Amino acid sequence: MTHTLPNLPYSAEDLSPAISAKTIEFHHGKHHQAYVNNLNNLIVGTKFENADLETIIKEADGGIFNNGAQVWNHTFYFFAFSPKPQKAPTGKLLDLINAQFGSFEQFKEKFTSAAASLFGSGWAWLVVNKEGKLEITQESNAGNPIRKGLRPLLTCDVWEHAYYLDYQNRRPDYLKGFWDIIDWKVIEERLK
Amino acid sequence: MSFQLPKLNYDYNALEPYIDATTMEIHYTKHHGGYTNNLNAAIEGTSLSELPIEEILKDISKHSAAVRNNGGGFYNHNLFWEIMGPNGGGMPSGELLKAIEKTFGSFQEFKDKFSNAAATRFGSGWAWLIMQNGSLKVFSTPNQDNPLMDVAEQKGFPILGLDVWEHAYYLKYQNRRPEYINNFWNVINWKAVEEKYMIGLK
Ligand SMILES: [Fe+2]
Ligand SMILES: [Fe+2]
Repeated sequence: MTHTLPNLPYSAEDLSPAISAKTIEFHHGKHHQAYVNNLNNLIVGTKFENADLETIIKEADGGIFNNGAQVWNHTFYFFAFSPKPQKAPTGKLLDLINAQFGSFEQFKEKFTSAAASLFGSGWAWLVVNKEGKLEITQESNAGNPIRKGLRPLLTCDVWEHAYYLDYQNRRPDYLKGFWDIIDWKVIEERLK
Repeated sequence: MSFQLPKLNYDYNALEPYIDATTMEIHYTKHHGGYTNNLNAAIEGTSLSELPIEEILKDISKHSAAVRNNGGGFYNHNLFWEIMGPNGGGMPSGELLKAIEKTFGSFQEFKDKFSNAAATRFGSGWAWLIMQNGSLKVFSTPNQDNPLMDVAEQKGFPILGLDVWEHAYYLKYQNRRPEYINNFWNVINWKAVEEKYMIGLK
């Protein structure tokens, strides 16, 4: 099957000032697109030719894993943003967050610290583990928690390309803006 | 004793148009400066603070992630600034050129191999030309690892290194890493690389 780049549910300039239009244009239009193209080229003639992204994440290695996981990760990342986000979790998700982290505020601090301290390129994740509890994890490069049997709810891209045009070395400032555009309605839907 | 951010031997704009002044300034003051400060913080009050950086890197598997990441970042950027300079580019000469031709076939074949190592390093890292038991080798490492570390896939003495973290090129080249790699050949100070080669021979 041919993988395609999904259109974003908002315009490039809609997430400013948290993320600039220029960053979205490169990040989605160039990086995300390149992962899609590379994946389509790499799977030809392999057993992953007709595999979906989750199968590729669970079973592939090397370039097919890297590009397949990056396609999935970026779609998951971009689709959690909204120019008019629901600012905080409610209902069952909020209960789980409170149970695991004490409060939404404490969760945000812990997730931010995971994203800030990841060395090099990678992703911070909020996942549901096998016991149905929430967990915060870090993955290097293209890493994706599905491979470890965890269910992702939220991710933050901390590859430098995600923030360098807007914030340069100031990753913590990018992370501050990140919380302003996360639409918790989307995250609640993912929990269902 | 603490490690010092070394002085740059040229101005921030000296590598224009291949590496822009803004990138140079942020890369040197913020990234390299950050690694230097974090390394000092990580070794303060420990026995490591008495050792030269090479000695720390040699046994890096025994130390914390903070020492590995920042010690590597400190050393790697020191080398990176040294092997670049204004009026750079061209080709090596003398013993180094002979060794490159002997190992890789030609200077062009070496260039292709090194460029490919830099282009295919997925995520953040470095491409290297190293001396290993007297002979030359090209490979790459992730993040701030380097060939002096006991954890490196290939060990040896680095004489040329290229930073392919996105911070090294994103302001000017964005996603076009190959263009950055291509332009790197215009700013290499081969004299400095040759000197390192001679040190490595000893
Ligand atoms: Fe990304
Ligand atoms: Fe760097």
